[in-house]
Amino acid sequence: MPSATAQQTIGPYWHLLEDPQVADLTRFGAPGPAITLQGRLFDGAGAPVGDACIELWQADPSPSELFPGFGRSGTNADGWFRFRTLKPGPIRGCGNATEAPHLALAIHARGLTRPLFTRVYFAADALNETDPLLSLIDDRARRATLIAEPDGDHTWRLDIRLQGARETVFIVF
Amino acid sequence: MGQNLAAGIGFRPLQAGTQPAYATPTYRSTALRAPFSAPISFPGSLTETTGPRFTPERFPPLTDLSRVEGHDAQGQRIIVAGTVTDEDGKPVPHTMIELWQANAAGRYRHPVDRHDAPLDPWFHGAGRVFTDAGGRYRFVSVRPGSYPWRNHKNAWRPSHIHFSLFGPGFAQRLITQMYFEGDPLLALDPIFHSVPDAQARERLVARLAIDLTEPEWALGYRFDIVLRGRGATPMEA
Repeated sequence: MPSATAQQTIGPYWHLLEDPQVADLTRFGAPGPAITLQGRLFDGAGAPVGDACIELWQADPSPSELFPGFGRSGTNADGWFRFRTLKPGPIRGCGNATEAPHLALAIHARGLTRPLFTRVYFAADALNETDPLLSLIDDRARRATLIAEPDGDHTWRLDIRLQGARETVFIVF
Repeated sequence: MGQNLAAGIGFRPLQAGTQPAYATPTYRSTALRAPFSAPISFPGSLTETTGPRFTPERFPPLTDLSRVEGHDAQGQRIIVAGTVTDEDGKPVPHTMIELWQANAAGRYRHPVDRHDAPLDPWFHGAGRVFTDAGGRYRFVSVRPGSYPWRNHKNAWRPSHIHFSLFGPGFAQRLITQMYFEGDPLLALDPIFHSVPDAQARERLVARLAIDLTEPEWALGYRFDIVLRGRGATPMEA
């Protein structure tokens, strides 16, 4: 059987697909407290990445007619991305482990030959200490690259660095 | 939550060489964007083994890119069709494919594209198609032109159509480019060559298919797509 088709960069013209509404996962009227997740994307020189496509997926709350669980945000000239969604709860991981509340991100951009995957956790959540993914990262500073900090009312902030000293932890599975 | 095998089976590791390296020196934009550190290997959980569902009701199909408001776009009309399967050869039914491409002159309808080639009022260049119950898809377009990019002196992209697929699991997310059989620019293209394995590269090249070609109307090209398969061992065992 053939292996999976090779990835090729999303390139600079992916906005032909873009519908800014898709960054708002609450647009169909999903009930529950909404949060904003925002941040900036930087390259290895510390410059904002203004042409990226960031996608969000969450397994909790369960996707439904009212809650798609999926969002897509472009980054603007200053590297900002922004999602509106419902705050996830914990989910069951491998074995008996409990995974702390988190969101999954896929990052696509010109200059990325294939997507980068990472996760967003929430600061001060007690479950972070025993989360199976966070526990794989011994270095506290590296671990912090996956943890969003409060940034105003119901708003969380996490910046993503593609390369360099404060590089975000990326994952393969 | 209980044992959920369908959601709890991880994905098969990718085969060496069949996917591009992040750091590809000949593709200049990777220099400041490819991470230095190796990614952390994680078996994944419900988050990566499940994925979004898209329905034609919320994401209406647009399967003919060759016409806008009843007017034909300029260029060579083409039909592109194929199957979406997983690595076990199992069809992936009812999955959304997003498409985007340059027009026949090699120009995107996009503010960043400043290439001195004409826009076509009757070509927008974005489409959306769903596979049927057997994993088959088909759309109509015009063959995109080649265009220059500033990667190196006299750099030109081979004709290509961008494809975006999701599959049932977020770990299966695929964004790729379909090329055309016989395009001499393929030999010179750093993005095509970001994939080390020659066979994996060849599978990005659509073949002229006379059985898909419609007489007196459009040339047919076949492009089959494979998404990552589920692993053989249940992740939660």
